Amino acid sequence: MGLLNFFSKGTFSHGVHPPTNKEITSAKKIRRLPFPDHLILPLNQHIGKPAKAIVRKGQEVVRGEPIAEADGFVSVPLHAPATGRVKAIRPMSTARGEQFMSIVLDVYEGDTQQVQWRHEYDIDNMGAAQLRQAIQDMGMVGLGGAAFPSHAKVTIPDDKTVDTLVINGCECEPYLSCDHRTMLEYPEDLMRGISFVMRAAQLTTAVIGIEDNKMNAVEKLREHIPQGSNITVVAVETKYPQGSEKMLLKSLLGKEVPAGKIPLDIGAVVNNVGTVSAIGKLLPRGEGMTERVVTVTGPGIDKPGNYIIPLGTPIGFVLDQVGYRGGRNNFVLGGPMMGPSVSDLETPITKGSSGLLILNEAEVLKETRRIWPCIKCGQCLDACPMHLNPSQLGQLAGKRQFALMAEDYHLNDCFECGCCSYVCPSNIPLVQQFRVAKAYNREQVALKNE
Amino acid sequence: MNNKTNIELRTTPHVHAPHDVITIMRNVVFASLPMAAWSIWLFGISALLLLITVLATCLLTERLLNFKAENTLGDWSAAITGILLYLTLPPSFPLWMGAVAGFVAIGMGKVMFGGLGMNVFNPALLGRAFVQAAFPVAITTWTPALFDGRFTTLIPSTLTAPFMIPQEVGEFNNQVAVDAFSGATPLALQKFDGITTPLVDLLTGMTAGSAGETSAIIILVCGLYLAFRKMLDWRIPVAVMAGTFITAELLQLLNAENPDGLFMLFSGGLMLGAWFMATDMVGSPVTPRGAVFYGVLIGFITVIIRVYGGLNEGVMYAILLGNAATPLIDQLTQPRVFGEDKSQKESS
Repeated sequence: MGLLNFFSKGTFSHGVHPPTNKEITSAKKIRRLPFPDHLILPLNQHIGKPAKAIVRKGQEVVRGEPIAEADGFVSVPLHAPATGRVKAIRPMSTARGEQFMSIVLDVYEGDTQQVQWRHEYDIDNMGAAQLRQAIQDMGMVGLGGAAFPSHAKVTIPDDKTVDTLVINGCECEPYLSCDHRTMLEYPEDLMRGISFVMRAAQLTTAVIGIEDNKMNAVEKLREHIPQGSNITVVAVETKYPQGSEKMLLKSLLGKEVPAGKIPLDIGAVVNNVGTVSAIGKLLPRGEGMTERVVTVTGPGIDKPGNYIIPLGTPIGFVLDQVGYRGGRNNFVLGGPMMGPSVSDLETPITKGSSGLLILNEAEVLKETRRIWPCIKCGQCLDACPMHLNPSQLGQLAGKRQFALMAEDYHLNDCFECGCCSYVCPSNIPLVQQFRVAKAYNREQVALKNE
Repeated sequence: MNNKTNIELRTTPHVHAPHDVITIMRNVVFASLPMAAWSIWLFGISALLLLITVLATCLLTERLLNFKAENTLGDWSAAITGILLYLTLPPSFPLWMGAVAGFVAIGMGKVMFGGLGMNVFNPALLGRAFVQAAFPVAITTWTPALFDGRFTTLIPSTLTAPFMIPQEVGEFNNQVAVDAFSGATPLALQKFDGITTPLVDLLTGMTAGSAGETSAIIILVCGLYLAFRKMLDWRIPVAVMAGTFITAELLQLLNAENPDGLFMLFSGGLMLGAWFMATDMVGSPVTPRGAVFYGVLIGFITVIIRVYGGLNEGVMYAILLGNAATPLIDQLTQPRVFGEDKSQKESS
């Protein structure tokens, strides 16, 4: 296996092949869900500094209006996803597991919910800096799940030479199909978005990488490439985690991002198809980001599909709309490999939520899997896309040697993709151990700095 | 609907590959059964009784020594040790000695270290090493394969009473052997008498030897099955075989009387050792480069012992030495991390 991967093109070595389960939703057209009676909008829907609320309790807001402003460069504003009244600004459950300050909005029933607030842009005559500002003003973040502010990502530092825009259409997480549907249904938006991003970051070429289980999307996008543009669409091997930036760059450009560095260091900017197509759709209209496409799927519901859901919609409301069957379920925001379980059905859909999975007994909850001692089979080493030694890391974690893990065994190169835990025949919760170790190390660093 | 008791919280990933320790261990047991069956066909009911004895002792030892802990028989690992240990013993081995081997294998080889995943050495080989030292005559007493009446009569040494010295089998061998049987394995013949056994006999296992060290073809098929199911690391047997072959060929260049590489590969316990003993996951390196180094090391030591040592067989000690070197090998062969530049790291 390893040998084959090494010699074939358009792929990276290691990784895993979990059942994709995408056929449940991949043929389902994107549909809209209705507005719930209230929305919960955490101020930290992106990585970086949380937004600052600019509305008061009791204030009326219209759909599309900014309700929180960016606080610094790595931060984005937040727009009201519906016309209504601010009910409260208080801590609420978020997908990250902790409560965070959120704007709670009572949605006006019976309102037509037209977008009533927008910037006026002369889009064809905007310079790179203006475009980047516009991308920040629309509150755009990476929609693949990381939710890193998009304008920051396309801002190229002066000391770096970057020419390639890589569009990530891999969607390697099992179950998810929102990016697939976006590519099939909004190819024009995507192409327009690519041209905006290329202008904003002053790039010359763009490559769209799509896993080869979505060949209809590859063909669709090839048909829509504008004349004379420098955009190519490349099919890459279907393998998890192909959609990770570093893996995709290896697959498409054959280059490894050096350890501890970012894609900019090898001359590329990576953006998700959902992000770019949202930019292509919203920027010409001057609208902010108020909704996103979410794949709602899993064996626990009757109507799986790809839905446009207003940001802030509580999961419980989504469940009501998709024929939730009840019972004992694991609710996952995102994909099954990296998405967190949520503990509260009031947890809202946020900018980074690519999927909502309802996994019930039949699927994953059969029994709590027994944890065996590590038998040193080495399967985790053959799975780890970063070529780490999860077996050794796991044993060090068991001995609480967290500092050693980071110093000698590259703990911080782990991006928690879950391949090691996925293959581990002993069911050792390796990823969880690594998270604990990283958190502990961060704490130690913070203590030292005090 | 907002009934919070229905929410199950899990850590990522929420899906898991369809295998666990039990499926791996069970498959290794299944893969070793054809070898056991073939040995019983070759050597008759004495071999069957030995298998039952060794297996039962291993299972009982595992359970009894862990009497206070959870029952660990369900992970099938003790069964693997039992079957593999049986395959390394001569078919005429007295049953009580087989029981000692089984007890030592599980008791000292595994439970004492902390059970599954903790053992340093391959438990089956540790048991075999113990009886090799304790009963040097019995463990080098061989009977011919495919002798007449093997399913009706027992080899005289099989039922030796505990703590008694087994009966001589020389006369029995002369009675049952089709043609003159020297009572020596191909390796002993080669080493001490300069007689090379034909390759065909080695491949099918129609020679004297331990129960499972006889048919290279069956071992290869069973091993390949496990390799394709990814339940053993293919690098290890390949490296062991390469190491053996290359070392043997080089030594033959030095001295033409030394056996050639192919003979070394298919004689004695090398195939069984390469595919089923050296690949014991717990005792072998986890890193890919380490696995290759470990395999070549085992092949090299095997040939050195066979050619220069006092023994005619060296696989067992080679693997035990390999097991002992594993932590060091692992330490020295950490994989190159994605995006890591080794040259840069050293200069910094």
